[in-house]
Amino acid sequence: MAPILEVRNLTRQFGKGRETVTAVDAISFAIEPGETVCLVGESGCGKSTTGRMVAGLLEATAGEVLFEGRNIRQLDRKAYQRYRQTVQIIHQDPYSSLNPTQTIRQILTAPLLRHRKVKNSAAAEARVLELLEIVDLTPASDVIAKYPHQLSGGQRQRVAVARALTVDPKFIVADEAVSMVDVSIRVSILTMLARLKREFDVTFLFITHDLALAKYFAWEGRITVMYLGRIVEDGPTQRLITDPRHPYTQALLSAVPEADPALAQHKRQIELRGAEIPSLLALPPGCSFHPRCPYMLPGQCDRTVPALEPVEVGGRVACPVRKQDAVSLLV
Amino acid sequence: MGSIQGVLSWLGTTLRLMSYNKAGFIGFLMTSAILLVCLLGPLWIPLDTTTKLDKIYQPPSAEHWMGTDHQGRDIFSQIVHGGKDVIYVAAVAALLSTLIAVTFGTVSAFAGGVTDSLIMGVTDVILTIPQFPLLAVLAAFVKLDNLTLLGLFLGVLSWPALLRAVRSQALSLKERDFVEAARALDLGTGHIVFRELVPNMMTYIVISFTLALTAAVYTQVGLVLLGLVPVSSSNWGVMISLAWTQGAIFFRDAMWRIMMPILAIALFQLSVITMTRSLELAFNPRLRTMA
Repeated sequence: MAPILEVRNLTRQFGKGRETVTAVDAISFAIEPGETVCLVGESGCGKSTTGRMVAGLLEATAGEVLFEGRNIRQLDRKAYQRYRQTVQIIHQDPYSSLNPTQTIRQILTAPLLRHRKVKNSAAAEARVLELLEIVDLTPASDVIAKYPHQLSGGQRQRVAVARALTVDPKFIVADEAVSMVDVSIRVSILTMLARLKREFDVTFLFITHDLALAKYFAWEGRITVMYLGRIVEDGPTQRLITDPRHPYTQALLSAVPEADPALAQHKRQIELRGAEIPSLLALPPGCSFHPRCPYMLPGQCDRTVPALEPVEVGGRVACPVRKQDAVSLLV
Repeated sequence: MGSIQGVLSWLGTTLRLMSYNKAGFIGFLMTSAILLVCLLGPLWIPLDTTTKLDKIYQPPSAEHWMGTDHQGRDIFSQIVHGGKDVIYVAAVAALLSTLIAVTFGTVSAFAGGVTDSLIMGVTDVILTIPQFPLLAVLAAFVKLDNLTLLGLFLGVLSWPALLRAVRSQALSLKERDFVEAARALDLGTGHIVFRELVPNMMTYIVISFTLALTAAVYTQVGLVLLGLVPVSSSNWGVMISLAWTQGAIFFRDAMWRIMMPILAIALFQLSVITMTRSLELAFNPRLRTMA
């Protein structure tokens, strides 16, 4: 199947001259329709920047985002409209993603009318109520006349999801969509998103810093791990979780707490040589991870940037030293 | 909210919100009172134009609330008749400068690039021109006896500071996620500017409007006082100007004549500025739903 969205050598720099920061450094990946892809990494690794470029909200410094095989910056008016309605984004902070001066009705009606998804305002009203039901905001008739500040964080996030759904998207970038929501309602929002995935055939690019969350949400899909602007490893979730190849992925996984005390006791901790994340302003030469990596080979890792190469177990790994070696975290 | 009932309930809520701040509400009541007196007062109180030599420079009394001038005419009637023009010119000036500042400030912030540089360049140039001397020079070339024209002139020269403020507000709002979401939904620039950005700046815009109003009153009175604008009607500025040129500051008896228009202007400015406190409350959606 042709990928719904593809990214080629996508690069984004911020700042000028000596203060230039490369937030995203020539990353490439493709997402098939119906797939769920999780972008995982520490804060500052470029995952949100990637998400915003994929959603067409931030221009790339170099490289391209392809929608149905065509660069999104070179689409004609009609194709661009289709792209805009196909790809939507859900922001992290539900407190700044809803306009405080508009009621929920106004927030949801505007895109419906703008894109002629409904015939008239009566039909819009009905559709808004329906959308609120879809995102489990019930009773919808109670919510519709409210202002965002009258809703809780979780409810606001549901409104943000409903707003994305107004244009019947097929691809949703969920940028840390549950990380600012109370832990107690996180699961219910994740379940709701998973239901949308099934019922409306939505492809998800799920951006998170929480590997446990990625594992839960994209169990049938793929995980892409980013470190300081580069992809270090990607692959089917189940392979990546049980058989991580890149030392950074291994370190991330060993840091995920296990609920089962028996497992927790036997879990192997990857011993990093340092905990400090290098500054994006002064990236170490070669592999960005080498100052912390326990398997660092002097003369190789600190000289050349490792290429992201396919591995036979599935996916790609950017570590020539360790890509062949399976490491069991549970001994 | 198309029905009369809806409008009434909106007005009721607005008034209730404005009354939360006592000082602001008093300012609002005083502003309304001054406006009423200046707009409707002339219908009831005739302008006293008869010279009464036996009543020159009288202090305030039951008969003449604000005393009399150098020809024994009632000052109160002149004050009542003299407010309309001052307020009209100030309103025209403030409306025009707010309109220019909000429109171009938002466009400048939102468009960025060449448009932004161009608008900011023009703004900086106008900001550096000393307003008052320019108006004085202009007054020599253009016959500024038309009130609307005078208001437009004042407005055209007084928007740059507000434009810069609106632009910086819009710049910070533009980065907010809800604006990005509107872009992702392709809602269009018009929607983003007038539905997303401007409503969030409303408090600020309204307050800036009142400040522009007070500034326009001062500039206008200043121009009249210096005799640069030949406004013939009796207005507060002309009253001060006449009293001044006839040496009112040298006679103790003439104090009421020169003080009354000054007090009228000061009271109007004070009322408007105090009212802004209540306006802040009226334009806050958070408070509106609580009420």
